Amino acid sequence: MIYKIFKNSMLAIYAAAVLVPSSIVVLGSFKSDVEIYTKPLALPQHWNLNNFRTLVDTGSVWIPFKNSVFVSVFSVLFTIILASMVAYAIARSITITGKVLFAMFSIGLAIPGQVNIIPIFTLFTKLHLNNSLYGLILVNVALTLPISVFIISAFFKDLPKELFEVASIDGANHWRVYRSIAMPLARPAIGATSIFLFVIDWNDLLYPLMLINELDKKTLPLTLIDFRGEFATSYSMLFTAIMVASIPMVLMYVFAQRSFIAGLTAGAVKG
Amino acid sequence: MAAPAIILYSFLYLYPALSNLLYSTQRWDGVTKPEFIGLKNFIHLLTDDDLFMKVLGNNVRFTIIVVVLQTGFALLFATFLTKNTKTNIFLRTVYFFPTILSSVSVGLIWTFLYDPNYGFINATLKAIGLDNLALNWLGDSKYSLYAVAVTQIWFHTGQMVVIYVAGLQQIPAELYEAADVDGATRWQQFKNVTWPMALPTTAVVVAYTTIQTFRAFDLIYAMTQGGPLNSSDLLVTMVYNTAFVGYKFGYAAAQTIFLVLTVMLVTWLQRRVLRTNDGTKK
Repeated sequence: MIYKIFKNSMLAIYAAAVLVPSSIVVLGSFKSDVEIYTKPLALPQHWNLNNFRTLVDTGSVWIPFKNSVFVSVFSVLFTIILASMVAYAIARSITITGKVLFAMFSIGLAIPGQVNIIPIFTLFTKLHLNNSLYGLILVNVALTLPISVFIISAFFKDLPKELFEVASIDGANHWRVYRSIAMPLARPAIGATSIFLFVIDWNDLLYPLMLINELDKKTLPLTLIDFRGEFATSYSMLFTAIMVASIPMVLMYVFAQRSFIAGLTAGAVKG
Repeated sequence: MAAPAIILYSFLYLYPALSNLLYSTQRWDGVTKPEFIGLKNFIHLLTDDDLFMKVLGNNVRFTIIVVVLQTGFALLFATFLTKNTKTNIFLRTVYFFPTILSSVSVGLIWTFLYDPNYGFINATLKAIGLDNLALNWLGDSKYSLYAVAVTQIWFHTGQMVVIYVAGLQQIPAELYEAADVDGATRWQQFKNVTWPMALPTTAVVVAYTTIQTFRAFDLIYAMTQGGPLNSSDLLVTMVYNTAFVGYKFGYAAAQTIFLVLTVMLVTWLQRRVLRTNDGTKK
């Protein structure tokens, strides 16, 4: 009995702890600043999209939104292509090369990407890749390659070897086996990994902060940070911007929850 | 087939990691010609840098608080939510929700909650008459680190609940049935069945949480930027400031090497402790 009361109240308190701040943001995006301060949890007095309209009119969120979509989508795409090719090579070659390849990318798992902030900054400045969205894509791909190789190759290794061997006997070369057997079979793993990567790339602040300072190249996390200064105490604009920045994640969470959770816990194998 | 990835990875991961080693032996402002100074950066870092020692202490405290509380909460909620009933699945979904937000969004939302004048936390405290508990959470160097730690726990507990639930569901039901037959109390069941059987999962959760605490750059930057008076500064934010605010690139490179060694040492220690406690997995 006491256990039940304890259990249910703990569960309810934590659910409230998650839901209250989230509701404040969602409701706040329809409110004025004063309303947020005085009645943060009440429904808005007038449901209107004024805050969203202001954001659109000033253009301050649309460009970073586009930049974030561009950088994240292509970062994920290239990471998946490159990592799955390496993973295939690791899984298929029973000889020494597979092991060497795996060891090589394991080094990357041991060295956290943060070590590279200073060298990447100096290298990119030299190559004029700072203030470039392509530069950000390159960084993202390089930084997320080791973990992606790790996750995808673990999946390839679990596939029955006969599948590959039969295809090879039938005369299919590696490219064909990779494209028409390995990749289609790996779809669930690729899906989960893509989401895992998308969240990392979409949310990253450190590298954009370091590499980007031109206004029209900024990504969403950078813009959100600027908002704090720009609209010093305007939490209504800030909450609206947070809503816009979170929309892709929320949509993915609602419609692909299973892969989403699988993706975000896959990193646990070797965060 | 692996060639394109190898080229990119060598050029933008391995080569930078090596050049970081080189930078750490230099005095360099990022602009003028670097000057080789051997191990002086490391010697200075370990013997004559009060800020570094303070930040290291912050990081140790932050990591311990977050690891202990987050793992504890996650295990507690996971034991409550192990069964796949509708309510449990719904609650897991709710708990997981903060994980999908960006660190910057989470940091800014909590900046509002903590706002000393208009923030939700102080408004609530004042409404129920606890005016003297309405503190300047982020602006007071006594509380800022703990305030950020609470945010970090809010951010990631749900993710750890999901990992724990997956682990707890693997525990054979017979073990609990046997415990029931023996008349074991809930606490005894937890102590003698759940805890030992969940140790491998605990090892994963603790390692993952630890790494997250060493990577909390975005959250700190969005909330306090390490302030006030470096009270919430962590190693990773300190490295950033050394390089991009103080323009000491060589020194910052030495700090990153120390950061990596710390992370490796901590994760290695954890693995040893959690393994030796676990008789079944040696």
